[in-house]
Amino acid sequence: MTTSQGQLFSDPSANRARDQFRAKSKALVDKVSPVPDAVARLVHDGDYLAVGGFGGARLPTAVVHEIVRQKKQNLRFAGHTATHDFQILCAGNLTGRGQLLAKVENAYSVGLEARGLSPHARRVIESGAVECTEWSNYALAVRFKAAAMGLPFLPSRSMLGTDTFRQSAAKTIACPFTGETLSALPALYPDVAAIHVHEADRFGNCRIRGTTVADLDLARAALRLIITCERLIPTEEIRSDPTRTVIPFFCVDAVCEVPFGSYPGNMPYEYFSDEAHLKQWLHVQQDLDSFKAFLEKYLFGVRDFHEYLQLCGGLPRLQELRRQELLLHLGK
Amino acid sequence: MSYNPMELMIACAARLLEDGKTVAVGTGAPCAAAMLAQRTAAPNLVIFFEAGGVAPQLPTMPISVGDSRTFYKGAMATSMADVMETCQRGLMDYTFLGGAQIDAYGNLNSTVIGTDYKKPKVRLPGSGGANDLASFCWRILVVTSHDKRRFVDKLDFLTTPGYLTGPGAREAAGLPPGTGPYRVITDLAILGYHDETKRMEVISLHPGVTLDQVRQNTSFEVGLREPLQITKPPTEQELKILREEVDPHRYIIGRC
Repeated sequence: MTTSQGQLFSDPSANRARDQFRAKSKALVDKVSPVPDAVARLVHDGDYLAVGGFGGARLPTAVVHEIVRQKKQNLRFAGHTATHDFQILCAGNLTGRGQLLAKVENAYSVGLEARGLSPHARRVIESGAVECTEWSNYALAVRFKAAAMGLPFLPSRSMLGTDTFRQSAAKTIACPFTGETLSALPALYPDVAAIHVHEADRFGNCRIRGTTVADLDLARAALRLIITCERLIPTEEIRSDPTRTVIPFFCVDAVCEVPFGSYPGNMPYEYFSDEAHLKQWLHVQQDLDSFKAFLEKYLFGVRDFHEYLQLCGGLPRLQELRRQELLLHLGK
Repeated sequence: MSYNPMELMIACAARLLEDGKTVAVGTGAPCAAAMLAQRTAAPNLVIFFEAGGVAPQLPTMPISVGDSRTFYKGAMATSMADVMETCQRGLMDYTFLGGAQIDAYGNLNSTVIGTDYKKPKVRLPGSGGANDLASFCWRILVVTSHDKRRFVDKLDFLTTPGYLTGPGAREAAGLPPGTGPYRVITDLAILGYHDETKRMEVISLHPGVTLDQVRQNTSFEVGLREPLQITKPPTEQELKILREEVDPHRYIIGRC
């Protein structure tokens, strides 16, 4: 029987979450908001934060940038399929702006997949100043699912027998029916989550195209939820085809329209990832001073996401990424 | 026709994948192997990506396990839990994994280098979906370069389960019976696992490679399965498909 030694960074109590969900307004009200206002209102120092998408795909970049820009402190973070999102947040550590990340539940974070490891994310974690626990991607997805179901935990058959389990805060239990050993994974109710979607109406009814990763559960697990969308659409369109609504309005606290909002990440059917920008992003991190200069220019020196996009090449660059996404160069 | 070690590894990996079976892959060499298999002996191989891509008709090599190529003309674009639970239900025949370190029982480390977890020498990405896939899929395949630093006696961190401490250990830990490591394909050899001891053993040496070379590049004692085979080099057809259709920009096969 494996035992774990990691600390739990959030309260898995379903009863506590029920009280918070009960207090939330379910009224059909206009939630459209600029990103800075949404982040100022909904993300607080010390919060547990989770970010949707899959690392460099369908990423709510504008919200993640804004969290760093507003110098939020001592956040806890779910490192679930996290790549560029996590690495942007790391820009709030060891860059003279206090400590943005305090605790990380890591399943995947420091890497940018095939593109390599992030030197600054390594610096931040290897410093020992951020408290970590280990999980697997599915384990964190199950923890969101448990929360979305309104439960304090769910069992699974992963992580058993490994150091990943030992450094997690999971426990083993015996199945009450078969006696088999299972991992008991505590529900994860983030204080706040940010998810980027294709389309939303002003109340927060959302449509996603392509893979949903863990976002449908994450949207239901989060106590507060910020949605960024490529396009705002009329509510009549949502109501003309409700089968396409995958996140309902009553989960959502703010809706921010951010065209090209996943940049430099991929947005399925819209635009591909900007590999040149991501390469530069990893490269400048090798040296802390050049990384600080990069952040000054691209993150702190810009007023909003639109200015950032302009700086990265603006519409011509985005048109090129749209052609790449649609495989027009292959003649398809 | 001449070939490089990466082309040989991908061809070996592709030959292991059977028609009508399922495989969960990541990006890189495993994805190239699955694409090659589909274009040779296994046209009905079903490819899954952990972010939710199911049965894509891959137009080019994906860069991310979650990018839109992973469900291009796919049968379904779903959630990570759906893919992982397909594995947990026993529907996934193969998965391909890698790591910074592998031991004699096929356990993998992709979390930290250095033995102090709280202050590691090198922080690596972590499990990602590897621990889940290795827990659930029937047969685990590993494609990796072969050297002493990688083939270690003791892992700094056991991220992803192989046979853990040996026979019966997976089942004792609660992992589904009958699952586990199956083959390791390196630039020197194809290795499998002894039926009883569950330790790694050489099945086939690549052309021109000696058993001594394998042993010199492995930190643990590695057995061998008699009669020792010599790996069949990639065929002209395999190389043509690999170079012209699967990886025309040489993203993967150019890495040697």
